[in-house]
Amino acid sequence: MPKSSPAPKSPLRLLWLLPVLLIGVGGFKVAAMLQPPPSDLDLSLTQATEQGLYIGTLEPSASPIPVGQILTWTVAVTLPDGQPLEHADLSIDGGMPQHGHGLPTEPQVTEDLGGGRYRVEGLKFNMPGWWTIKLSVSAAAGTDSATFNLSL
Amino acid sequence: MRASLVVGGVLAATALAGWSWFTLSSPVWSPAETKLIASLSLSTLPPLPPDPSNAVGDDPAAAALGRALFFDTRLSGNGQVACASCHLPDKQFQDGTPLASGMGQTNRRTMPIAGTAYNPWLFWDGRRDSQWSQALGPLESAVEHGTDRTQVAHVIAAAYAVDYEAVFGAVPDLSNLAEHASPLGSDAARASWAALSEAERDAINRIFANVGKAIAAFERTILPQPTRFDAYADALTAGHDTTGLLTPTELEGLRLFVGKGECTKCHNGPLLTDQHFHNTGVPAAPGLPADSGRIDAIAQVLADPFNCLGIYSDAGPTDCAELRYMDREGHDLVRAYKSPSLRGVTERAPFMHAGQLGTLAAVVRHYNEAPAAPAGHSELEPLAMSEAELAALEAFLGTLSEAGSEGNQP
Repeated sequence: MPKSSPAPKSPLRLLWLLPVLLIGVGGFKVAAMLQPPPSDLDLSLTQATEQGLYIGTLEPSASPIPVGQILTWTVAVTLPDGQPLEHADLSIDGGMPQHGHGLPTEPQVTEDLGGGRYRVEGLKFNMPGWWTIKLSVSAAAGTDSATFNLSL
Repeated sequence: MRASLVVGGVLAATALAGWSWFTLSSPVWSPAETKLIASLSLSTLPPLPPDPSNAVGDDPAAAALGRALFFDTRLSGNGQVACASCHLPDKQFQDGTPLASGMGQTNRRTMPIAGTAYNPWLFWDGRRDSQWSQALGPLESAVEHGTDRTQVAHVIAAAYAVDYEAVFGAVPDLSNLAEHASPLGSDAARASWAALSEAERDAINRIFANVGKAIAAFERTILPQPTRFDAYADALTAGHDTTGLLTPTELEGLRLFVGKGECTKCHNGPLLTDQHFHNTGVPAAPGLPADSGRIDAIAQVLADPFNCLGIYSDAGPTDCAELRYMDREGHDLVRAYKSPSLRGVTERAPFMHAGQLGTLAAVVRHYNEAPAAPAGHSELEPLAMSEAELAALEAFLGTLSEAGSEGNQP
């Protein structure tokens, strides 16, 4: 084992960078926390599904959308030509993209109101900020999903 | 290398000084910050919503009965434990110790009561879904009150018959029932319970539920009071002069609270809690059995005969949305505990669900360092706050206490 080589200190020599880097990261985190949703975010409550099979519209019960309350919303679904989509199977999911967590509840579609409209119960948003809602639709034309952006 | 470290330290200190100077010399909040600060004020707390599961929740006679029961040590196995033994009125209705002690010692920290009427979930893990169903749990816990529902019913018949009847109707005749009987507890109590008729069990359960509802009617009157922070937030929102309402250090702490500290991820709204459950990597308490938090509470609240959907609840089939649409599964529920309200937090050491952290300084340091969770996955990430920032954050938390008061007297 040769003993002449110097101690491998090159990684340690950069140690002084650590606090500087940490401050830098901290600064970015401040920016992320206070940052409103991306400016080009599509906040429309009407969205076509990814494969274009359906068009979904969220109808919140109140505007602005309240934080911390259990909500009942209506969802309307049509075919691309505007014809209401009757008797579809819908499911709702969502979360906060900037924080990597989902919804605090498990909302469910509780009633087919007819005319392509459906009641969704159990939605809840437990903090202000950018939320997404993913609406999945299954019907004769196939299964497809749309993502909505909300800014609370 | 040492020289480099010194240079690095000087650079860091300079950068932080610059940040502090920027913070203190710019009294103008961004629109996003202003909106967030306004949303934390007690002024934005909506009127107390009715509890559809408790028909007497807003009945003053029920609250008076509940207040008497809250302080009554006869509701215990040894005649020495009342709700108020751990929920001390002059200490925000908590006891200032890591683990609650009744007839024995529990595995959890006593929680304060102010504002819990707004909570969809009670206890650190949310294993109960109303104030009244929560109140029943400690009564039959062997290490808390150590009593049982039949003994409670006997106490009501012997000592509270008139007040009870005024709220709930006459107490049924219990004279030929055993002294102790419950589906929980000792073998003898369970054997006695098994020997009762269905009607007798129902009569006892109904009295027991009503005891909880009366205590809840009292607890609904215990509400948080305005603080210096609220005065600042309201003045800011109204566009009034805020000079002198908070110190520069407290203002820097507020800026960190709504920004870099990421505190409002969980401590948001006028009660400074999102009423939800989070794994924040809180260390396991030495000497206690494994504790998985929320994930283990799901089955308990669903099985609770006194939950919002149960036969002793006054709620209709369309109520109980929190229970019906409860998040029931997922890795994020492992070792997740409820975000407590931060109102009055400075006077509520020790902290966390088993009092693991003794000081508020240790708590802000915990969030800054974001240690790995003993089980599950911590939601935290290191915050890289300086000592000065940690101190400022702690100073801000002190503005969430009522001026000149350490309690929440109803």
